[in-house]
Amino acid sequence: MDLLFHIGRYFMLMGEVFSKPERLSIYWKRTVEEMDLLGVKSLGIVSLLSLFMGAVITIQTKTNIDSPLIPQYVVGFTARQSTILEFSPTIISLILAGKVGSTIAAEIGSMRVREQIDALDIMGVNSAGYLILPKIIATALINPFLIVISMFLSIFGGWLAGTLTGIISSSSYIQGVQYDFDSYIVVYALIKTVVFAIVIATVSSYQGYYTSGGTREVGISSTKAVVYSDVVILIMNYLLTQMLLL
Amino acid sequence: MIEVQHLYKSFGTVEVLRDINAKFAKGKVSQIIGKSGSGKSVLAKCIIGLYKPTKGKVLYDGKSFHDMEKDEQRQLRQEIGMLFQSNALFDSLTVLENVLFPLRMFATMSEKEMLERAHFCLKRVKIENSDKKFPAEISGGMQKRVGIARAIAMNPKYLFVDEPNSGLDPQTSIVIDDLIREITDEYNTTTVVITHDMNSVMGIADEIFFINDKQLMWQGTRDQLLKSDNEALNAFIFAGSLMREVRKTIT
Ligand SMILES: Nc1ncnc2c1ncn2[C@@H]1O[C@H](COP(=O)(O)OP(=O)(O)O)[C@@H](O)[C@H]1O
Ligand SMILES: [Mg+2]
Repeated sequence: MDLLFHIGRYFMLMGEVFSKPERLSIYWKRTVEEMDLLGVKSLGIVSLLSLFMGAVITIQTKTNIDSPLIPQYVVGFTARQSTILEFSPTIISLILAGKVGSTIAAEIGSMRVREQIDALDIMGVNSAGYLILPKIIATALINPFLIVISMFLSIFGGWLAGTLTGIISSSSYIQGVQYDFDSYIVVYALIKTVVFAIVIATVSSYQGYYTSGGTREVGISSTKAVVYSDVVILIMNYLLTQMLLL
Repeated sequence: MIEVQHLYKSFGTVEVLRDINAKFAKGKVSQIIGKSGSGKSVLAKCIIGLYKPTKGKVLYDGKSFHDMEKDEQRQLRQEIGMLFQSNALFDSLTVLENVLFPLRMFATMSEKEMLERAHFCLKRVKIENSDKKFPAEISGGMQKRVGIARAIAMNPKYLFVDEPNSGLDPQTSIVIDDLIREITDEYNTTTVVITHDMNSVMGIADEIFFINDKQLMWQGTRDQLLKSDNEALNAFIFAGSLMREVRKTIT
């Protein structure tokens, strides 16, 4: 029952969010600010994670398939496939849900408990649209860039780890990365990324927007934002994979 | 004029307001008084439409707010100014940007005119040279005044003020009260002030509405207030020692 209530209220909120904006120029300005806050400021953590994950994938693949029957380039190939198919779009989105989702819920939630959302409503501003729409557009636009950067860095991290430790030669790694490349997997990854971005922005905004109480509740909303975004991302990941790859 | 007709409000099974009937006149300061937790803020939020009444109507110059389309409600709200108990200034915006906010959102004027208007409003509440400060960097009294400046930016027809004096020293309270009085006179607004501060009531109220035990128990002017023989009302207004002195002089 509770779940149905939240799903219903979530879609009603989205109805408000996507109703006509008051001033497009103001919404656009807010979107650019959000792209900076939610996207550009996540670049550091995304880069760091990607480099290390790529490195670990490469070393693990190498140690697991260390057989003379399997060609060397398989390591690079595996690093590329797992990075593009799953690691960059899904794992990084889960990480972003933690960082961006909690930021969004905390910001909107504290505006709610400090009557600032009421103030917007009283002015006649569509508070849901004004606060949430720029966040959705910003994450949907900027996350694909973050994920593409993550893909490159992860594959680069694998190369770095492989060549520095000497477990694989640079040329066979690169051969593997280029082997049998089907650009559809990038399309698949980016579709997932955009869907996950929308999940993060909307689920977290929902949690923040319906916060009631005080600062303690803002904390709770923030945690819920991350947990529910993660759960929805995992479910969507399964559904999209079934739809797009089978 | 704002008219409240047979308004009831419950949260779940908890009834907060029962059969409230009141008229708030144009150009007058109407004050809603009552103990903490008696439902004053809930009443205000029902009137401005942040809460939907369980039953009853709120008429703005004859038009029922809760029966309007959403667009129409938003239109009307551009004519409402509200000063919140917590100020509700946007803390990511500067003082000037806060006052500019409703103008940028709705006004059909040039950027230059908006700036002029915002500065005029800030000057009206005697705030100068603080354009670039953030709300957290100014005092509580100044925040209230910026809140008033933002509330009057769009030339409101209706002005709502929730507990303007909470957290302020007596002197600053008087400054804020005087501003509310002056703005009501200048703009001929329908002003509704929620308070439990008797100084404020004696200072600026034209008409007083006493909420007690979920109902509108008493209504009248300042003179009538002091002479009333309503027990609950007397217990409320003469609770402070200053007001007890006032009582001695009138009896
Ligand atoms: N959103 C809400 N949900 C449930 N109860 C509420 C809500 N808002 C206010 N109340 C209850 O209504 C009563 C009146 O509150 P309020 O109007 O804030 O009092 P005050 O007269 O001090 O402004 C209180 O008992 C409060 O607990
Ligand atoms: Mg109150």
